[in-house]
Amino acid sequence: MTSIVEFIQAHQMVIAQLVLILGIFLMLQISAAVMVYFERKIAAWAQQRYGPYLVGPSGILQPIADIVKLIMKEELRPKSADTFLFYLAPILCATAAFAAFSVVPFGAETTFFGLLERPIGLQMTDVNVAVLVLFAITSMGVYGIVLAGWASNSKYSLLGGLRSSAQMISYELSYGMSLAAIIMLAGSMSLRGIVDMQAGYWFGFIPKWYVFIQPVGFFIFMTAGVAETNRAPFDFPEAEQELVAGYHTEYSSMSFALFFMAEYINMVTVSAVAADLFLGGWHGPFLPEYLGWIWFLIKIAALLFFYIWMRWTLPRYRYDQLMEFGWKWLLPLAVVNLLVTAAVVLGAGW
Amino acid sequence: MTGIYFWVLAAVTVMASLGVVLQRNPMYSVLLLIVSFGGLSGLYITLNAPVVAAIQIIIYAGAIMVLFLFVVMLLNVPTEDPPHGYHARLLGGAGPRWFGAVLAVVLMGELVFALSHLASTPLPSGTGNPTSIAQIGVRLYRDYAFAFEVTSVLILLSMVGAVILARKES
Repeated sequence: MTSIVEFIQAHQMVIAQLVLILGIFLMLQISAAVMVYFERKIAAWAQQRYGPYLVGPSGILQPIADIVKLIMKEELRPKSADTFLFYLAPILCATAAFAAFSVVPFGAETTFFGLLERPIGLQMTDVNVAVLVLFAITSMGVYGIVLAGWASNSKYSLLGGLRSSAQMISYELSYGMSLAAIIMLAGSMSLRGIVDMQAGYWFGFIPKWYVFIQPVGFFIFMTAGVAETNRAPFDFPEAEQELVAGYHTEYSSMSFALFFMAEYINMVTVSAVAADLFLGGWHGPFLPEYLGWIWFLIKIAALLFFYIWMRWTLPRYRYDQLMEFGWKWLLPLAVVNLLVTAAVVLGAGW
Repeated sequence: MTGIYFWVLAAVTVMASLGVVLQRNPMYSVLLLIVSFGGLSGLYITLNAPVVAAIQIIIYAGAIMVLFLFVVMLLNVPTEDPPHGYHARLLGGAGPRWFGAVLAVVLMGELVFALSHLASTPLPSGTGNPTSIAQIGVRLYRDYAFAFEVTSVLILLSMVGAVILARKES
């Protein structure tokens, strides 16, 4: 008995890190289920319906019913599909979605009320090029969608996959440039470093969040983020009126569920990164430092609500409008934003 | 430990690169090329250059390969057929093959020469380790600014060329 206690005490940092990783993994999965519920509830609210209300109180157990249903469904595969790539595609999507969160911090360093001898940061790993790593993993996620479109060997899937690759290339540029402006301001590429730059207040009451000095950057980041996660009004890869369901038309059962999980986790990741980069992460008034993650959750929840709200408010663009907006408006705006930021940083010696 | 990483990553990179050439299905070729870039990126990490590793993934595996995939999907050729007719005589004839073989031998000779030369002279240690993004930026925009600008002009020229080629005469 004592040997186990001694082992845990000797390796407590490693164990804490492992527990944290497992916790983040579970949290992301649960967040996808929670998102399904809120998506349906907010949709119902926007359309003056009830939404799910039969399973559990106010339908709160609906996601569990959905998951059980999806597991029980038959796994279908088109006869002419490329078997290997057909099954690889949803795995790639989900892996990239989970992996992207590995560098996202969501709380200040803590010892868990004195449980640990040294404080650990609430995130999987703090790399000094976190922003680049995040960007790299996000850019891998597109392969899942493109391969799903191609491997299904169906015209709707193929068109969905093609649209998605074109859309992601177009919006990734603006996305990267809005990140670059923040990196210039903070002078750091570590997400934790960027969040810590935003602690404190101007004139004693305005929080030093980058959204106040980079409003254009925030707008570009969120717009490109919505396009990157294939959400309305940029949900062309799965435009149901034109493409049945786009790239995942031929998928059923859990491989279909993996795509949906990946989409929701990507939304959570984009919101978390937006909260870290622009909204001061876990810094906020009223709460002590060690409860900062509550602020972080509130910020993510607000951004996710915004996501769903937008989906049920704005109609989908036309495809040529999407391309025109991305290349002729968003990208020049991002370049100008970057240049102005660079000039101010150089001139004012921020 | 680094030795194991190196050999695993090197094996993955070489096998994937071989697969790119030997694979008949262009889709799998593109995917294997991405795997090979991933292996290279891992090798950069073992060389203590995380910035280069991340940029390798973002630029090559993330952006350029998506374009490749896009073109392969747009053409949607299931397998590469061996060329026939005029092109077969032009590319698959004895002359071009011999020419290719000579080029391969020359390249092999150059590589052997370069490697044997490298092994005898120690690598220049330089001033500091240019692994942090700030140091890379200083090197790129201050020490090698001319080469950087010339490269950007080159890319601009190729872009203009692509636009001219793609333009339809109306």
